[in-house]
Amino acid sequence: MSMNKTILIRPIFADNPIALQILGVCSALAVTTSLSVTLVMCVALTSVVAFSNLFISMIRNQMPSSIRIIIQMTIIASLVILVDQLLKAFAYEISKQLSVFVGLIITNCIVMGRAEAFAMKNPPIPSFIDGVGNGLGYSVVLIVVGTLRELFGSGSLLGITILPTVANGGWYQPNGLMLLAPSAFFIIGFFIWVLRNKYSEQVEKDEFAMAPHTTEQGAH
Amino acid sequence: MSSNVNSVKNTLKVALGLCVVCSIVISSAAVILKPMQTANEILDRNKNILIAAGLFDPTVHTNADVASLFEEFTPRMVDLDEGRYLTDEEMQTLGLDPQTYDQQSAKNNPAISEALSGAEDVASIRRRADYATVYVIQNDQGEYQSVVIPVSGYGLWGIMYGYLALESDGNTILGIGFYDHQETPGLGGEISNPRWQAQWPDKQIYNENNEVAFRVVKGGGQNEYQVDALAGATLTSRGVENMIEFWLGERGFASFLRNEVQS
Repeated sequence: MSMNKTILIRPIFADNPIALQILGVCSALAVTTSLSVTLVMCVALTSVVAFSNLFISMIRNQMPSSIRIIIQMTIIASLVILVDQLLKAFAYEISKQLSVFVGLIITNCIVMGRAEAFAMKNPPIPSFIDGVGNGLGYSVVLIVVGTLRELFGSGSLLGITILPTVANGGWYQPNGLMLLAPSAFFIIGFFIWVLRNKYSEQVEKDEFAMAPHTTEQGAH
Repeated sequence: MSSNVNSVKNTLKVALGLCVVCSIVISSAAVILKPMQTANEILDRNKNILIAAGLFDPTVHTNADVASLFEEFTPRMVDLDEGRYLTDEEMQTLGLDPQTYDQQSAKNNPAISEALSGAEDVASIRRRADYATVYVIQNDQGEYQSVVIPVSGYGLWGIMYGYLALESDGNTILGIGFYDHQETPGLGGEISNPRWQAQWPDKQIYNENNEVAFRVVKGGGQNEYQVDALAGATLTSRGVENMIEFWLGERGFASFLRNEVQS
Protein backbone atom coordinates (compact mmCIF):
# COMPACT_ATOMS: atom_id res chain seq x y z
CA MET A 1 0.00 0.00 0.00
CA SER A 2 1.38 3.36 -0.95
CA MET A 3 2.17 5.95 1.68
CA ASN A 4 -0.70 8.30 0.78
CA LYS A 5 -3.23 5.51 0.74
CA THR A 6 -2.17 4.46 4.23
CA ILE A 7 -2.54 8.05 5.46
CA LEU A 8 -6.05 8.15 3.99
CA ILE A 9 -7.27 4.73 5.16
CA ARG A 10 -5.67 4.39 8.60
CA PRO A 11 -7.73 7.05 10.43
CA ILE A 12 -11.00 5.47 9.29
CA PHE A 13 -10.83 2.34 11.47
CA ALA A 14 -7.30 1.60 12.65
CA ASP A 15 -6.63 5.08 14.06
CA ASN A 16 -10.11 6.56 14.31
CA PRO A 17 -10.13 10.10 15.79
CA ILE A 18 -13.28 9.52 17.85
CA ALA A 19 -12.95 5.83 18.75
CA LEU A 20 -9.21 5.67 19.45
CA GLN A 21 -8.05 9.24 19.98
CA ILE A 22 -11.39 10.14 21.70
CA LEU A 23 -11.45 13.61 20.10
CA GLY A 24 -14.47 15.58 18.92
CA VAL A 25 -17.05 13.60 20.91
CA CYS A 26 -19.07 16.71 21.83
CA SER A 27 -20.35 17.38 18.32
CA ALA A 28 -20.88 13.63 17.81
CA LEU A 29 -23.48 13.81 20.56
CA ALA A 30 -25.08 17.03 19.49
CA VAL A 31 -25.70 16.78 15.76
CA THR A 32 -26.62 13.13 15.29
CA THR A 33 -30.38 13.11 15.94
CA SER A 34 -31.11 13.17 12.22
CA LEU A 35 -29.03 11.76 9.43
CA SER A 36 -29.25 14.68 6.98
CA VAL A 37 -27.88 17.11 9.57
CA THR A 38 -25.17 14.57 10.43
CA LEU A 39 -24.08 14.27 6.80
CA VAL A 40 -23.79 18.05 6.41
CA MET A 41 -21.74 18.23 9.60
CA CYS A 42 -19.43 15.47 8.29
CA VAL A 43 -18.85 17.31 5.01
CA ALA A 44 -18.26 20.57 6.88
CA LEU A 45 -15.77 19.07 9.30
CA THR A 46 -13.93 17.02 6.66
CA SER A 47 -13.43 20.05 4.45
CA VAL A 48 -12.27 22.19 7.37
CA VAL A 49 -9.74 19.58 8.58
CA ALA A 50 -8.46 18.91 5.06
CA PHE A 51 -8.00 22.54 4.05
CA SER A 52 -6.66 23.71 7.40
CA ASN A 53 -4.07 20.91 7.22
CA LEU A 54 -3.22 21.92 3.66
CA PHE A 55 -2.76 25.63 4.38
CA ILE A 56 -0.94 25.12 7.66
CA SER A 57 1.41 22.67 6.02
CA MET A 58 2.03 25.08 3.15
CA ILE A 59 3.23 27.86 5.41
CA ARG A 60 4.72 25.73 8.20
CA ASN A 61 8.30 26.65 7.22
CA GLN A 62 7.57 30.38 7.43
CA MET A 63 5.65 30.07 10.69
CA PRO A 64 7.33 31.80 13.66
CA SER A 65 7.10 29.41 16.58
CA SER A 66 5.97 32.13 19.00
CA ILE A 67 2.65 32.67 17.20
CA ARG A 68 2.24 29.16 15.82
CA ILE A 69 -1.03 28.34 17.61
CA ILE A 70 -2.53 31.75 16.81
CA ILE A 71 -1.79 31.25 13.12
CA GLN A 72 -3.38 27.82 13.19
CA MET A 73 -6.44 29.16 14.96
CA THR A 74 -6.78 32.04 12.49
CA ILE A 75 -6.67 29.69 9.52
CA ILE A 76 -9.14 27.26 11.11
CA ALA A 77 -11.48 30.06 12.20
CA SER A 78 -11.49 31.61 8.71
CA LEU A 79 -12.34 28.27 7.14
CA VAL A 80 -15.14 27.66 9.64
CA ILE A 81 -16.66 31.10 8.97
CA LEU A 82 -16.45 30.37 5.25
CA VAL A 83 -18.27 27.04 5.72
CA ASP A 84 -20.89 28.74 7.90
CA GLN A 85 -21.51 31.44 5.28
CA LEU A 86 -21.82 28.83 2.54
CA LEU A 87 -24.30 26.81 4.59
CA LYS A 88 -26.39 29.91 5.29
CA ALA A 89 -26.52 30.63 1.56
CA PHE A 90 -27.11 27.13 0.21
CA ALA A 91 -28.56 25.03 3.04
CA TYR A 92 -30.33 27.53 5.29
CA GLU A 93 -32.54 25.09 7.18
CA ILE A 94 -29.76 22.67 7.95
CA SER A 95 -27.59 25.59 9.05
CA LYS A 96 -30.35 26.62 11.45
CA GLN A 97 -30.47 23.10 12.88
CA LEU A 98 -26.69 22.91 13.21
CA SER A 99 -26.79 26.39 14.78
CA VAL A 100 -23.77 26.80 17.04
CA PHE A 101 -22.15 23.51 16.15
CA VAL A 102 -20.75 24.76 12.85
CA GLY A 103 -19.03 27.57 14.74
CA LEU A 104 -17.83 25.06 17.29
CA ILE A 105 -15.83 23.18 14.64
CA ILE A 106 -13.19 25.77 15.57
CA THR A 107 -12.85 24.17 18.97
CA ASN A 108 -13.18 20.61 17.66
CA CYS A 109 -10.07 18.87 18.92
CA ILE A 110 -9.67 16.87 15.72
CA VAL A 111 -8.89 19.99 13.70
CA MET A 112 -6.33 21.42 16.12
CA GLY A 113 -4.97 17.96 16.85
CA ARG A 114 -4.25 17.11 13.24
CA ALA A 115 -2.79 20.55 12.55
CA GLU A 116 -0.32 20.16 15.41
CA ALA A 117 0.35 16.45 15.10
CA PHE A 118 0.55 16.04 11.35
CA ALA A 119 0.43 19.20 9.25
CA MET A 120 3.30 20.91 11.11
CA LYS A 121 5.65 18.04 10.25
CA ASN A 122 4.56 16.92 6.78
CA PRO A 123 4.36 18.35 3.26
CA PRO A 124 1.06 19.81 1.97
CA ILE A 125 -0.29 16.88 -0.09
CA PRO A 126 0.04 14.19 2.61
CA SER A 127 -1.34 16.71 5.14
CA PHE A 128 -4.40 17.31 2.97
CA ILE A 129 -4.92 13.54 2.62
CA ASP A 130 -4.50 13.11 6.37
CA GLY A 131 -7.20 15.75 6.89
CA VAL A 132 -9.57 13.96 4.52
CA GLY A 133 -8.81 10.63 6.21
CA ASN A 134 -9.49 11.96 9.70
CA GLY A 135 -12.61 13.70 8.46
CA LEU A 136 -13.78 10.37 7.06
CA GLY A 137 -12.95 8.62 10.34
CA TYR A 138 -15.08 11.18 12.16
CA SER A 139 -17.80 10.79 9.52
CA VAL A 140 -17.93 6.99 9.86
CA VAL A 141 -18.68 7.25 13.57
CA LEU A 142 -21.16 10.08 13.09
CA ILE A 143 -23.01 8.30 10.30
CA VAL A 144 -23.28 5.09 12.36
CA VAL A 145 -24.57 7.05 15.35
CA GLY A 146 -26.86 9.24 13.23
CA THR A 147 -28.35 6.26 11.37
CA LEU A 148 -29.13 4.33 14.55
CA ARG A 149 -30.49 7.38 16.37
CA GLU A 150 -32.77 8.53 13.58
CA LEU A 151 -33.94 5.01 12.72
CA PHE A 152 -34.82 3.99 16.28
CA GLY A 153 -35.64 7.46 17.61
CA SER A 154 -37.91 8.70 14.82
CA GLY A 155 -38.45 5.58 12.71
CA SER A 156 -37.10 7.28 9.61
CA LEU A 157 -33.90 7.76 7.63
CA LEU A 158 -33.13 11.08 5.91
CA GLY A 159 -36.74 12.01 6.72
CA ILE A 160 -38.15 8.99 4.83
CA THR A 161 -40.29 6.72 7.05
CA ILE A 162 -38.78 3.25 7.45
CA LEU A 163 -40.54 2.09 10.61
CA PRO A 164 -44.07 3.62 10.72
CA THR A 165 -44.50 5.02 14.24
CA VAL A 166 -47.51 4.52 16.49
CA ALA A 167 -48.21 8.26 16.45
CA ASN A 168 -48.68 8.06 12.68
CA GLY A 169 -50.81 4.91 12.80
CA GLY A 170 -47.97 2.41 12.38
CA TRP A 171 -46.63 -0.27 14.72
CA TYR A 172 -43.26 1.11 15.85
CA GLN A 173 -43.01 2.70 19.29
CA PRO A 174 -40.08 5.14 18.94
CA ASN A 175 -37.33 4.94 21.52
CA GLY A 176 -37.25 8.39 23.12
CA LEU A 177 -33.78 7.82 24.57
CA MET A 178 -32.37 7.76 21.04
CA LEU A 179 -33.34 11.41 20.58
CA LEU A 180 -31.42 12.44 23.69
CA ALA A 181 -27.67 13.00 23.79
CA PRO A 182 -26.80 10.10 26.17
CA SER A 183 -27.82 7.51 23.56
CA ALA A 184 -24.90 8.68 21.41
CA PHE A 185 -22.57 7.77 24.29
CA PHE A 186 -23.94 4.22 24.33
CA ILE A 187 -23.64 3.85 20.56
CA ILE A 188 -20.11 5.26 20.49
CA GLY A 189 -19.28 2.87 23.34
CA PHE A 190 -20.55 -0.12 21.36
CA PHE A 191 -18.71 1.13 18.28
CA ILE A 192 -15.44 1.27 20.23
CA TRP A 193 -16.10 -2.20 21.65
CA VAL A 194 -16.66 -3.70 18.16
CA LEU A 195 -13.60 -1.88 16.83
CA ARG A 196 -11.35 -3.05 19.65
CA ASN A 197 -12.53 -6.64 19.20
CA LYS A 198 -11.28 -6.46 15.63
CA TYR A 199 -8.13 -4.41 16.29
CA SER A 200 -7.02 -5.87 19.60
CA GLU A 201 -3.89 -3.69 19.65
CA GLN A 202 -6.20 -0.73 20.39
CA VAL A 203 -7.09 -2.17 23.77
CA GLU A 204 -5.28 -0.13 26.41
CA LYS A 205 -3.23 -1.85 29.09
CA ASP A 206 -4.63 -1.63 32.61
CA GLU A 207 -3.14 1.37 34.32
CA PHE A 208 -3.22 -0.47 37.64
CA ALA A 209 -4.04 -4.01 38.73
CA MET A 210 -7.38 -4.51 40.43
CA ALA A 211 -6.67 -5.70 43.98
CA PRO A 212 -9.07 -8.20 45.57
CA HIS A 213 -11.26 -6.86 48.39
CA THR A 214 -9.34 -8.88 50.98
CA THR A 215 -6.11 -10.80 51.07
CA GLU A 216 -7.49 -13.45 53.39
CA GLN A 217 -7.62 -16.90 51.86
CA GLY A 218 -11.05 -18.27 51.19
CA ALA A 219 -12.78 -15.00 51.96
CA HIS A 220 -14.38 -14.88 48.50
CA MET B 1 17.19 30.09 8.60
CA SER B 2 15.37 29.22 11.80
CA SER B 3 16.53 32.37 13.63
CA ASN B 4 15.39 34.33 10.57
CA VAL B 5 11.92 32.75 10.72
CA ASN B 6 11.59 33.52 14.43
CA SER B 7 12.80 37.12 14.19
CA VAL B 8 10.47 39.88 15.33
CA LYS B 9 10.34 41.31 11.82
CA ASN B 10 9.31 38.00 10.30
CA THR B 11 6.76 37.36 13.04
CA LEU B 12 5.06 40.67 12.32
CA LYS B 13 5.26 40.09 8.58
CA VAL B 14 3.67 36.65 8.77
CA ALA B 15 0.97 37.83 11.21
CA LEU B 16 0.09 40.81 9.04
CA GLY B 17 0.10 38.80 5.81
CA LEU B 18 -2.11 36.11 7.28
CA CYS B 19 -4.60 38.65 8.65
CA VAL B 20 -4.86 40.40 5.29
CA VAL B 21 -5.36 37.16 3.34
CA CYS B 22 -7.91 35.76 5.79
CA SER B 23 -9.91 38.98 6.03
CA ILE B 24 -10.07 39.32 2.24
CA VAL B 25 -11.32 35.75 1.88
CA ILE B 26 -13.93 36.13 4.63
CA SER B 27 -15.21 39.53 3.56
CA SER B 28 -15.49 38.61 -0.11
CA ALA B 29 -17.38 35.45 0.82
CA ALA B 30 -19.70 37.48 3.04
CA VAL B 31 -20.35 40.08 0.33
CA ILE B 32 -20.85 37.57 -2.49
CA LEU B 33 -23.17 35.31 -0.49
CA LYS B 34 -25.17 38.12 1.18
CA PRO B 35 -28.01 38.31 -1.41
CA MET B 36 -28.63 34.57 -1.16
CA GLN B 37 -28.56 34.64 2.63
CA THR B 38 -31.01 37.55 2.77
CA ALA B 39 -33.34 35.74 0.37
CA ASN B 40 -33.17 32.67 2.63
CA GLU B 41 -33.93 34.72 5.72
CA ILE B 42 -36.98 36.36 4.13
CA LEU B 43 -38.18 32.97 2.89
CA ASP B 44 -37.78 31.55 6.37
CA ARG B 45 -39.60 34.50 7.96
CA ASN B 46 -42.49 34.22 5.51
CA LYS B 47 -42.61 30.49 6.09
CA ASN B 48 -42.94 31.08 9.83
CA ILE B 49 -45.82 33.50 9.21
CA LEU B 50 -47.50 30.71 7.25
CA ILE B 51 -46.70 28.15 9.97
CA ALA B 52 -48.18 30.46 12.61
CA ALA B 53 -51.34 30.83 10.59
CA GLY B 54 -51.49 27.06 10.09
CA LEU B 55 -51.25 27.36 6.31
CA PHE B 56 -47.95 25.54 5.90
CA ASP B 57 -47.84 21.78 6.35
CA PRO B 58 -44.25 20.49 6.05
CA THR B 59 -45.50 17.08 4.89
CA VAL B 60 -47.36 18.64 1.95
CA HIS B 61 -45.69 21.93 1.13
CA THR B 62 -42.10 22.72 0.23
CA ASN B 63 -40.15 25.96 0.25
CA ALA B 64 -41.19 26.47 -3.37
CA ASP B 65 -44.81 26.89 -2.25
CA VAL B 66 -44.07 29.65 0.25
CA ALA B 67 -44.31 32.49 -2.26
CA SER B 68 -47.68 31.39 -3.69
CA LEU B 69 -49.18 30.62 -0.26
CA PHE B 70 -47.94 33.92 1.06
CA GLU B 71 -49.90 35.83 -1.59
CA GLU B 72 -53.09 35.18 0.39
CA PHE B 73 -51.89 37.62 3.02
CA THR B 74 -52.31 41.37 2.82
CA PRO B 75 -49.55 43.16 4.69
CA ARG B 76 -50.89 46.25 6.47
CA MET B 77 -49.29 48.78 8.75
CA VAL B 78 -50.58 49.41 12.24
CA ASP B 79 -50.10 52.41 14.51
CA LEU B 80 -49.61 50.72 17.86
CA ASP B 81 -50.35 53.74 20.06
CA GLU B 82 -53.59 54.64 18.33
CA GLY B 83 -54.52 51.04 17.68
CA ARG B 84 -55.57 51.41 14.06
CA TYR B 85 -54.36 50.85 10.52
CA LEU B 86 -52.32 53.62 8.95
CA THR B 87 -54.01 55.21 5.96
CA ASP B 88 -52.22 55.33 2.61
CA GLU B 89 -51.57 59.07 3.02
CA GLU B 90 -50.04 58.61 6.45
CA MET B 91 -47.76 55.90 5.14
CA GLN B 92 -46.68 58.20 2.32
CA THR B 93 -45.96 61.08 4.70
CA LEU B 94 -43.97 58.79 6.96
CA GLY B 95 -42.27 57.13 3.99
CA LEU B 96 -43.19 53.64 5.18
CA ASP B 97 -44.02 50.64 3.06
CA PRO B 98 -45.49 47.50 4.69
CA GLN B 99 -43.51 45.29 2.30
CA THR B 100 -40.12 46.68 3.21
CA TYR B 101 -40.69 48.07 6.72
CA ASP B 102 -38.21 46.55 9.16
CA GLN B 103 -39.52 46.71 12.70
CA GLN B 104 -36.23 45.53 14.16
CA SER B 105 -34.27 48.48 12.78
CA ALA B 106 -37.17 50.94 13.27
CA LYS B 107 -36.95 50.13 16.96
CA ASN B 108 -33.61 51.94 17.09
CA ASN B 109 -34.78 54.99 15.13
CA PRO B 110 -35.85 57.59 17.75
CA ALA B 111 -38.19 59.33 15.28
CA ILE B 112 -40.50 56.30 14.98
CA SER B 113 -39.95 54.49 18.25
CA GLU B 114 -39.99 55.11 21.97
CA ALA B 115 -38.20 53.85 25.04
CA LEU B 116 -40.17 51.68 27.43
CA SER B 117 -40.13 52.29 31.16
CA GLY B 118 -39.11 49.42 33.43
CA ALA B 119 -42.64 48.61 34.53
CA GLU B 120 -43.97 48.58 30.98
CA ASP B 121 -41.12 46.59 29.54
CA VAL B 122 -42.25 43.10 30.55
CA ALA B 123 -40.63 41.49 27.50
CA SER B 124 -37.25 43.22 28.16
CA ILE B 125 -37.00 44.71 24.70
CA ARG B 126 -36.10 48.24 25.94
CA ARG B 127 -37.54 50.12 22.95
CA ARG B 128 -40.62 49.61 20.83
CA ALA B 129 -41.27 50.81 17.29
CA ASP B 130 -44.43 52.92 16.86
CA TYR B 131 -45.56 50.97 13.82
CA ALA B 132 -45.77 47.30 12.94
CA THR B 133 -46.62 45.30 9.85
CA VAL B 134 -49.39 42.78 10.38
CA TYR B 135 -50.45 40.15 7.87
CA VAL B 136 -54.17 39.64 7.50
CA ILE B 137 -56.46 37.42 5.46
CA GLN B 138 -59.93 38.83 4.92
CA ASN B 139 -62.73 37.40 2.84
CA ASP B 140 -64.75 39.43 0.33
CA GLN B 141 -67.07 40.74 3.06
CA GLY B 142 -64.11 42.09 4.98
CA GLU B 143 -64.37 39.42 7.68
CA TYR B 144 -61.07 38.34 9.11
CA GLN B 145 -59.85 34.78 8.73
CA SER B 146 -56.55 35.33 10.42
CA VAL B 147 -54.43 38.15 11.77
CA VAL B 148 -50.71 37.56 12.13
CA ILE B 149 -48.83 39.93 14.42
CA PRO B 150 -45.07 40.19 15.00
CA VAL B 151 -43.93 39.42 18.55
CA SER B 152 -40.50 39.63 20.16
CA GLY B 153 -39.08 39.27 23.63
CA TYR B 154 -35.96 38.44 25.56
CA GLY B 155 -35.40 34.75 26.24
CA LEU B 156 -32.26 33.44 27.87
CA TRP B 157 -29.51 34.49 25.44
CA GLY B 158 -31.14 37.06 23.23
CA ILE B 159 -34.30 38.44 21.73
CA MET B 160 -36.61 35.86 20.18
CA TYR B 161 -38.55 36.97 17.11
CA GLY B 162 -41.70 35.30 15.95
CA TYR B 163 -45.22 35.67 14.64
CA LEU B 164 -48.46 34.95 16.45
CA ALA B 165 -51.57 34.21 14.40
CA LEU B 166 -55.02 34.94 15.82
CA GLU B 167 -58.48 34.02 14.63
CA SER B 168 -61.13 36.52 13.63
CA ASP B 169 -62.17 37.11 17.26
CA GLY B 170 -58.71 38.55 17.98
CA ASN B 171 -58.48 36.24 20.96
CA THR B 172 -58.18 32.61 19.89
CA ILE B 173 -54.68 31.54 18.86
CA LEU B 174 -54.20 29.96 15.45
CA GLY B 175 -50.54 29.23 15.97
CA ILE B 176 -47.06 30.58 16.58
CA GLY B 177 -43.81 30.51 14.63
CA PHE B 178 -40.30 31.71 15.52
CA TYR B 179 -37.84 32.77 12.83
CA ASP B 180 -34.91 34.06 14.84
CA HIS B 181 -33.63 33.27 18.34
CA GLN B 182 -30.42 32.38 20.16
CA GLU B 183 -31.83 29.90 22.67
CA THR B 184 -29.86 26.77 23.62
CA PRO B 185 -30.29 24.06 20.98
CA GLY B 186 -32.26 21.13 22.41
CA LEU B 187 -33.56 23.09 25.42
CA GLY B 188 -34.87 26.62 24.82
CA GLY B 189 -34.32 26.06 21.10
CA GLU B 190 -37.30 23.73 21.21
CA ILE B 191 -39.54 26.80 20.84
CA SER B 192 -39.21 26.19 17.11
CA ASN B 193 -40.14 22.52 17.47
CA PRO B 194 -43.50 21.88 15.75
CA ARG B 195 -44.43 19.39 18.48
CA TRP B 196 -44.28 22.10 21.15
CA GLN B 197 -45.97 24.65 18.90
CA ALA B 198 -48.82 22.18 18.30
CA GLN B 199 -50.22 22.96 21.79
CA TRP B 200 -50.85 26.60 20.89
CA PRO B 201 -53.81 26.47 18.48
CA ASP B 202 -57.25 27.11 20.06
CA LYS B 203 -55.81 28.59 23.27
CA GLN B 204 -57.27 31.91 24.41
CA ILE B 205 -55.38 35.13 25.15
CA TYR B 206 -57.87 37.30 27.07
CA ASN B 207 -60.13 36.34 29.95
CA GLU B 208 -63.60 37.79 30.48
CA ASN B 209 -62.13 40.96 32.03
CA ASN B 210 -60.10 41.52 28.88
CA GLU B 211 -56.80 40.89 30.64
CA VAL B 212 -54.04 38.79 29.14
CA ALA B 213 -54.60 35.45 30.85
CA PHE B 214 -52.34 33.39 28.62
CA ARG B 215 -49.55 31.59 30.54
CA VAL B 216 -46.71 29.19 29.83
CA VAL B 217 -46.69 26.90 32.87
CA LYS B 218 -44.83 23.80 34.02
CA GLY B 219 -46.99 20.73 33.73
CA GLY B 220 -49.54 23.04 32.19
CA GLY B 221 -51.85 22.92 29.26
CA GLN B 222 -54.68 22.28 31.75
CA ASN B 223 -57.11 24.95 30.59
CA GLU B 224 -57.71 27.11 27.56
CA TYR B 225 -55.25 29.80 28.69
CA GLN B 226 -52.21 27.58 29.29
CA VAL B 227 -49.53 25.80 27.31
CA ASP B 228 -46.90 23.53 28.82
CA ALA B 229 -43.47 25.07 29.51
CA LEU B 230 -40.32 23.62 27.96
CA ALA B 231 -38.41 21.17 30.15
CA GLY B 232 -35.00 22.53 31.07
CA ALA B 233 -35.75 25.98 29.70
CA THR B 234 -37.44 27.93 32.48
CA LEU B 235 -36.12 31.33 31.39
CA THR B 236 -37.00 30.78 27.75
CA SER B 237 -40.52 29.70 28.71
CA ARG B 238 -40.88 32.76 30.93
CA GLY B 239 -39.58 34.90 28.05
CA VAL B 240 -42.26 33.52 25.74
CA GLU B 241 -44.94 34.22 28.33
CA ASN B 242 -43.69 37.78 28.88
CA MET B 243 -43.55 38.30 25.13
CA ILE B 244 -47.22 37.42 24.78
CA GLU B 245 -48.14 39.52 27.81
CA PHE B 246 -46.39 42.56 26.35
CA TRP B 247 -47.47 42.33 22.72
CA LEU B 248 -51.08 41.50 23.51
CA GLY B 249 -51.17 44.16 26.23
CA GLU B 250 -51.92 47.89 26.03
CA ARG B 251 -48.43 48.81 24.81
CA GLY B 252 -48.72 46.15 22.13
CA PHE B 253 -51.61 45.18 19.90
CA ALA B 254 -54.49 45.22 22.43
CA SER B 255 -56.07 48.45 21.19
CA PHE B 256 -55.55 47.49 17.55
CA LEU B 257 -57.29 44.16 18.11
CA ARG B 258 -60.17 45.89 19.92
CA ASN B 259 -60.65 48.62 17.34
CA GLU B 260 -60.02 46.86 14.07
CA VAL B 261 -60.45 43.12 14.54
CA GLN B 262 -62.87 42.34 17.37
CA SER B 263 -65.42 45.04 16.48
